[in-house]
Amino acid sequence: MNAIFPFPDTPGSREKLVVIGNGMAGCRTVEEVLARAPGRFDITIIGAEPRVNYNRIMLSPVLAGEKAFDDIIINGPQWYADNAIALISGDPAEMIDREAHTVVTRGGLVLPYDRLVIATGSDPFIIPVPGHDLVGVVTFRDLDDVDRMIAAAEAGETEGSNAAVVIGGGLLGLEAAHGLALRGMQVTVVHLMSTLMERQLDEAAGWLLRQELERRGHTILTSANTKAILGAAGRVAGIVLEDGTRIRADLVVMAAGIKPSVALAKAAGLACERGIVVDDHMVTSDPAILAVGECVQHRGACYGLVAPIWEMCRALADCLTGVGSGRGYEGSVTSTKLKVSGIDVFSAGDFSGGEGSEDVVMRDAAHGIYKRLVIKDNRLIGAVLYGDTADGNWYFDLLRRQEDIAAIRQSLIFGQAYAAGGAGGDPHAAVAALSDDAEVCGCNGVSKGAVISAINEGAHSVAALRSTCKASASCGSCTNIVESLLALTLGAEVEAGPKTLCGCTSFTHDDVRRLILERNLKSIPQVMQELHWSTPEGCASCRPALNYYLLCAWPGEYADDETSRFVNERLHANIQKDGTYSVVPRMWGGITSPRELRAIADVVEKYNAPMVKVTGGQRLDIFGIRKEDLPAVWADLNAAGMVSGHAYGKALRTVKTCVGSEWCRFGTQDSTGLGVKIEQATWGSYMPHKFKIAVSGCPRNCAEATIKDFGIVCVDSGYELHVGGNGGIKVRVTDFLCKVETEAEAMEHCLAFIQLYREEAHYLERTAPWIERKGLEWLKAQLFTDPDRISRLAARFRLSQKYWQIDPWAGRAAGAHHDLHQHLAEVRPLALEKAQ
Amino acid sequence: MNSDTVGQWLDIGPVTQIKAGTGRTLPVLGGEEIAVFLTTRGEYFALVNKCPHKHGPLSEGLVHGDSVTCPLHNWRISLRTGEALGDDRGCTPTIPLKVESGRLFLLREAVLAPRRQAEAGTCALDTAA
Repeated sequence: MNAIFPFPDTPGSREKLVVIGNGMAGCRTVEEVLARAPGRFDITIIGAEPRVNYNRIMLSPVLAGEKAFDDIIINGPQWYADNAIALISGDPAEMIDREAHTVVTRGGLVLPYDRLVIATGSDPFIIPVPGHDLVGVVTFRDLDDVDRMIAAAEAGETEGSNAAVVIGGGLLGLEAAHGLALRGMQVTVVHLMSTLMERQLDEAAGWLLRQELERRGHTILTSANTKAILGAAGRVAGIVLEDGTRIRADLVVMAAGIKPSVALAKAAGLACERGIVVDDHMVTSDPAILAVGECVQHRGACYGLVAPIWEMCRALADCLTGVGSGRGYEGSVTSTKLKVSGIDVFSAGDFSGGEGSEDVVMRDAAHGIYKRLVIKDNRLIGAVLYGDTADGNWYFDLLRRQEDIAAIRQSLIFGQAYAAGGAGGDPHAAVAALSDDAEVCGCNGVSKGAVISAINEGAHSVAALRSTCKASASCGSCTNIVESLLALTLGAEVEAGPKTLCGCTSFTHDDVRRLILERNLKSIPQVMQELHWSTPEGCASCRPALNYYLLCAWPGEYADDETSRFVNERLHANIQKDGTYSVVPRMWGGITSPRELRAIADVVEKYNAPMVKVTGGQRLDIFGIRKEDLPAVWADLNAAGMVSGHAYGKALRTVKTCVGSEWCRFGTQDSTGLGVKIEQATWGSYMPHKFKIAVSGCPRNCAEATIKDFGIVCVDSGYELHVGGNGGIKVRVTDFLCKVETEAEAMEHCLAFIQLYREEAHYLERTAPWIERKGLEWLKAQLFTDPDRISRLAARFRLSQKYWQIDPWAGRAAGAHHDLHQHLAEVRPLALEKAQ
Repeated sequence: MNSDTVGQWLDIGPVTQIKAGTGRTLPVLGGEEIAVFLTTRGEYFALVNKCPHKHGPLSEGLVHGDSVTCPLHNWRISLRTGEALGDDRGCTPTIPLKVESGRLFLLREAVLAPRRQAEAGTCALDTAA
């Protein structure tokens, strides 16, 4: 314990002010009080840490080795002496006696007060997982924590073992990771949420940040829930995640968040919720006691950033001294700048996209820039900037002043210089002001003059310009400028472009599919960033489409995104109008057995399924299964050898057959045998839309092969192949594709056709409209011009099947994704009402 | 938890039970099932698990931004207000939710009586049935 008592025997004539907390809020409060009323109070500061007042925010540079402790001291010993402040450090306050108006420290000091200020700050949130108390598990709150981390990094250097895991991908966790990496550690960041810094960043900016951190060598795991911290010989040895992943670690940093430190106040009987409850003058439920900083809750909000805390300190000092505006503290709008060097990130206000708010998004893929402004009622209410934060302060200012931005709205996203430059009202004005030789499209080196002459020569749409002068044909980031040039040159004559994938993008389905391959785009956020999506996380139309395009483009590499799947594909069953599900086990080629039928009958009885029906696809559909019973139903069906029928998916559904040459007196080939083989080769594959196959054993066509996506009609001399049929809303008879001689050829053509459809069609486009759109001649040219095309397509299909021909039911039956099937809990109102 | 809130809030377990961008269900015996959502932005919401259109289970819908698309007929419902978005009209009652010490709490009164809440407010649960 250290104590500085400059005037230990000062007579008690002045009011005694005791401040619990020697941190940023406590000392700033004292500074503010001294500035207003020097000499009015006898001031005592109690600090838990054995040191003077330092800048906690600067601990990150200390960890990173960029600063020493002496550099981050705010008030050294001289300040306490000069201002006659008694400092009791290294001896935390342990009790407040409100009756006696005293504070008792752990060392037994009893300090009387007239006014008491609580500035205890916050405590790191320790996730209560097994092993959280092992040696080598540290938090990131004070200098001792930093010293422990530096010691671990140095020990790792000598022992050659230097793996660190940081739990928490928020501001604090990323700063810890950055510092540890600079000190030579191999850092893995484990983050519970799907987006880094999700409190400050939206998904798009979080993704960019993640890319940059990964480029710097960090390993980032998101949606990763720590199950336990593993130890060996009493020391930390690693962590294990909920999904079973194990990560080795010599050091584990818990940076999962902070919580207001309220224990002392609570024990004294002060009103506390999340934080110590204070009014606008920072007064607690006891008028003699005030509180300030991270430990307080003001108008329902707790703050962990420095700017609001400075405002609180001023309000508190006003109240305590009666000097100043006396208006009190009215809450803060906060902004964040990430301090990890070299990465510019800024966020402010509310960007959660609430009711009635609109987004303005600008992305510049080449420069890694993302800007998003959230506007409501002509006021800026939130901003996220990544890569270029130069206008952060301007946006923050507009936001805080609640300024009406109607007049500059259209140019707001381009920043202050542009919005203030007189071009404000008209977004075309800046484009009009460009000189003719100004480069519009950087990718293809197209000048404004070249675009205008292409327009004058008849290219009256963006698509036409892309194919003639190549402007906006590559990355698309200049599409807005090209559209402005069209509008400026043609006035109202601009032709509407082809239909875009959805309202979130100006690209068509074909553009998106092409660019995913050309530019190696491998995740949904990456597609949205590189292709300038106008919404932060897409919509219910584009997310499933992108998920499909990516899984088709990168088999085995792309990780399926369940949150972009429709319910049926997420739960592997068909949702019904009452919220129950129907279950269709696969029956290969429509053939079943006593064992399968018994298992189905047992399931129907065991789970009280109200109906079981024969489907049009030659199998049985069990209705009325509750989502929580699905895994058990699947386990029972799996036990009888049955797998998912994918009756719920944009996928291969069934292969319908007739009995063929094995039984039928007209049959020409073994249509059931071929149907079973095709179904076994194609089941499990995801497609742009559902896909049905049939094999008929003779031209009587009992399997109705000529209204299927792919139909085979057996004849004496071989197999006639038909494509693009549909028996749905708009009946379409198939087009005849070709005739082949052997079963093997029929199979190969079927796989090739499926793969061409998978690679070329738009998401949710059946084969019938796809072929009508592209034309039968196009299809034949695709398949037959190059003699190797069919085998190459079929090979790509087989490769994809290596990763997708896995029964999704088996995993669920074994307990995977149980959260999708189980309720959170159950509420029994009677028990609740008794408790009330 | 503060003593005067004990009894008002119903603890429904740790926040980690819900994956970002998904919803989970909470049946209420004799009452309306509740859907609890976590958006990718990290915000939690609770609503009666019924679309105002044909009572589809919103918990199974696609979550984007702070809205959910109903799995039955693609109505978009605001998780924040329960109101149907776009051209559709209708409203699902919301349940006040708070996060404290890593756990989720629902307002007990609203859990017990979403129907009463529906009657009192502008949200009419059964109009479009």
